[in-house]
Amino acid sequence: MKLYDWLTVWLNIDRVMLGFGVTILFFSVATVTAFTGGCVFVYLMDGKQNILKRSLRSALDVLRTLPFLIVLYLLYYGLPQIGIRMTSWTAGMIALSVYHASYYAEILRGARVALPQGQMESAKAHGFTPFQMYYRILLPQMVLRSGPLFGNLLVGCLKDTAFLSIITIYELTAAANALQAVYFIPMPAFIIVIFLYWIISLILERLLRLMGRYSKHRGLSYE
Amino acid sequence: MNDLSPVIEVDNLCKSFDGMEVLRSINFTVERGQIISIIGSSGSGKSTLLRCINWLEQPDRGTIRIVGNRIGIKDDGTPMSERELAKMRARMAMVFQGFNLWPHLNVLRNVTEAPVHVQGVAKDEAIAQAEVWLQRVGMLIKKDAYPYTLSGGQKQRVAIARALAMNPEVILFDEPTSALDPELVGEVQDVIGELAADNFTMVIVTHEMDFARSISNEVVFIDKGVVVEQAPPEKIFGNPETERLRQFVGKYR
Repeated sequence: MKLYDWLTVWLNIDRVMLGFGVTILFFSVATVTAFTGGCVFVYLMDGKQNILKRSLRSALDVLRTLPFLIVLYLLYYGLPQIGIRMTSWTAGMIALSVYHASYYAEILRGARVALPQGQMESAKAHGFTPFQMYYRILLPQMVLRSGPLFGNLLVGCLKDTAFLSIITIYELTAAANALQAVYFIPMPAFIIVIFLYWIISLILERLLRLMGRYSKHRGLSYE
Repeated sequence: MNDLSPVIEVDNLCKSFDGMEVLRSINFTVERGQIISIIGSSGSGKSTLLRCINWLEQPDRGTIRIVGNRIGIKDDGTPMSERELAKMRARMAMVFQGFNLWPHLNVLRNVTEAPVHVQGVAKDEAIAQAEVWLQRVGMLIKKDAYPYTLSGGQKQRVAIARALAMNPEVILFDEPTSALDPELVGEVQDVIGELAADNFTMVIVTHEMDFARSISNEVVFIDKGVVVEQAPPEKIFGNPETERLRQFVGKYR
């Protein structure tokens, strides 16, 4: 590892930053859609159980047991076989969102089950419709109570974006890989990437701590 | 709104849980401005009765009318959707044994949430109203506090303000003081007493006999799922007709 290698990284920093931007884009969009999807799934599974709700639950269970890479392959290489073609970006975005939505759903479902029955009853007794009750009374409490668990999910989602390089998306890991392949400087190329992933994780930790303080202020978490 | 109809009309209400009959053909009416206490030993079905009135429990048989409108079942005999039920429930309010305040909202938001989002009251108007009600239950100074910082008595007073803010036809109290420390029971009973003096229509399930006696114009004694006696408190406590009520009242002397 010579100083010259680092200079090479520096001269190609625009490529790295482009990858970094793509990673952040995929991560943040997928996090928002996955979280929203998780909330919607739990709402759909709420209430009296029937065959549809149980099927949704099983589907999410299966999804969670699959490796993310398989989901990605299935969407990008598998679906064209039955005539559904999409760009690598669409496939990547859908795979990340749906896959992680199943995890958000699992965490939120746990929080939903743990909510005292009385919360639902007082909402009903004051005339809330099922959706209003979920959106205004139950969901905020479920989210605030699940803060620490979301941390693992966020980091997991960030790491899964690296798989997107396999379906030709030029994100951070792909950028580093391209760099090391051209100039054969694996160490500096990957060290800079590690550093950039780490920065995102630090920001996430900060945000979660803010959320933790917010829920502590409402007596919803104890640490 | 039909002012001539009783606020609540319960007719032939039956309810069982897993084959156990909890309510057996209950009939009673609540007129506007009446304060009715429901007493009876634990497991007699009084809470179930109250929870059937706003359809938190679904009765097996019988009809319940709120100001003349049947709750739970539509005119054509089909069950109401949750949305239709919500509309009916918004005309009543309920105060729970366990308070059930919403912990993620501060005291003021707990009181304004339903008026704003269920009844569509403008936000500033709802806040002004909420402050009046909070003042009334002596909780205005705590309007920015979160529920977990409050004592049981304070929580229940906020829950009462939350109920009042719905401008309900009737407030249903489900053992409002049973979960309170003995020294906090008084403050909640005082608040309910003041409402009684202002002729709010109320149905109160309670174990506090002195409270039931002093506050209500009518007391309903339920035993084993049937209304055994219904009379003004002087008669219920002073001159009970049935042996069962005599025994029950005797225990609380």
